[in-house]
Amino acid sequence: MRQDTKKLIREGIVAGSPLILGYFPIAMAFGLLAKNTGLTITDTSATSLLVYAGASQFMFLDLVRAGVSAGSIILATFLLNLRHMMMSASLSVNLKKDTSGFLPIIGFGITDETFSVLSFNRDKLSLPFILTVNLIAYGSWLGGTAVGYLVGEVIPKALQDSLGLGLYAMFAALLFPSFKADKEYLKPAFLGAVTYYAIFKTGLLSSGWDIIAGIVIASALGVFVMGKEDKDE
Amino acid sequence: MNSYLPVIIGMALVTYLPRLLPLMLLQRLKLRPSVMRFLQLVPYTSLSILIVRGVLTSQPEMMPAALAGIGVAGTLAYLKGNLVLSVLSGIGVSFLVITFIG
Repeated sequence: MRQDTKKLIREGIVAGSPLILGYFPIAMAFGLLAKNTGLTITDTSATSLLVYAGASQFMFLDLVRAGVSAGSIILATFLLNLRHMMMSASLSVNLKKDTSGFLPIIGFGITDETFSVLSFNRDKLSLPFILTVNLIAYGSWLGGTAVGYLVGEVIPKALQDSLGLGLYAMFAALLFPSFKADKEYLKPAFLGAVTYYAIFKTGLLSSGWDIIAGIVIASALGVFVMGKEDKDE
Repeated sequence: MNSYLPVIIGMALVTYLPRLLPLMLLQRLKLRPSVMRFLQLVPYTSLSILIVRGVLTSQPEMMPAALAGIGVAGTLAYLKGNLVLSVLSGIGVSFLVITFIG
C-alpha cells in the first residue's frame, strides 16, 4: 500500500471515529425497538444493511406498528430521505478524481452523519478517506443494530437516552468550530435554524418535506445574503 | 410471522437513488457560481436544521438534556477542536441532566 494511501486512511479514521459514538448507540436503540415491534433478526439486519438511514428506519417501525400499507411506508421513506439528494449534490463538487469509478459505493454511504464529517473535510475527499469514514459509520450501524437486538435490554434507560442525544452533540461539535474559521458561516446556520423553526411551527409540511424545504430555502437565502463570491476556493 | 423483506427492499431503493444520482450527474456539469455557492452552504443549513429539528421533536422531558448536550459539545469543540472529547462530554452532560434533573 502506498504511503499516501496509508496517510489518507489514517486521516479517515481520525475524522470518522466520532461516528462510532453517534451511530452505535442509536443503532442499538433501533435493534431493540425492532425486536419489540416483532421483526425477525433477519428483517432487522436487512433494514440496517440495505436501507441504512436512521430516522427512516425508526419511522418504518412506527408505521409497521400502525399497520400502514407497504406502498405508504416506501413513499414516506422516499420523502424523509430525499434530503440526502441535497447532500450528495453538495459533496459531488469536491470529490477527488480517484473516486470516479466508485460513485455507486460512495453514494450508498451518504447519510446525515457521514455527510457532516465529509463536508467539513472538503479538501480531503479522496477515495481512501471517504471509504474509511463510510466504513466506520456503516460498521457501527450494523454492529449496533445486532447488539441492540440481541442484548439491548441490559442498558439502563437513562444511558440509552443520553447516548441517543449523542447524535445532536456530534452535529453541534462539527458545526460550531466552522464559525471560528469564518464567521460568515454563522449566516447560513442561522438562516437554517430560523427557516426550519418557521416551517415547523406553521406545521404545513409533513415530515421529510419540512427538512428538504428548509435546506433549499435557507441555502438560497444564504446565497442571496452572502453573495455568490466563494472566498475559500 | 410474515417477512417485511419486500418493503425493506423498496425502502432501500428509494433511499439509494437520491443518494447516488446527484453524485453521478453533477460531476459532469459545469455549475454556475450561484449554484456552487448554494451547494457550499448546504452543510451549514442542513446541520443547523437537523439540530433544531432534533430539539423541537424530542420528547418534552428530554429537551433540557438535549440542549445541554448540544451546548456543551458545540462549545467544547469550538474551544478545543477535539470531536470525540466534545461528543463524549455532551453525552455525559445529557446523562447527568436526565439522571438528576429530568
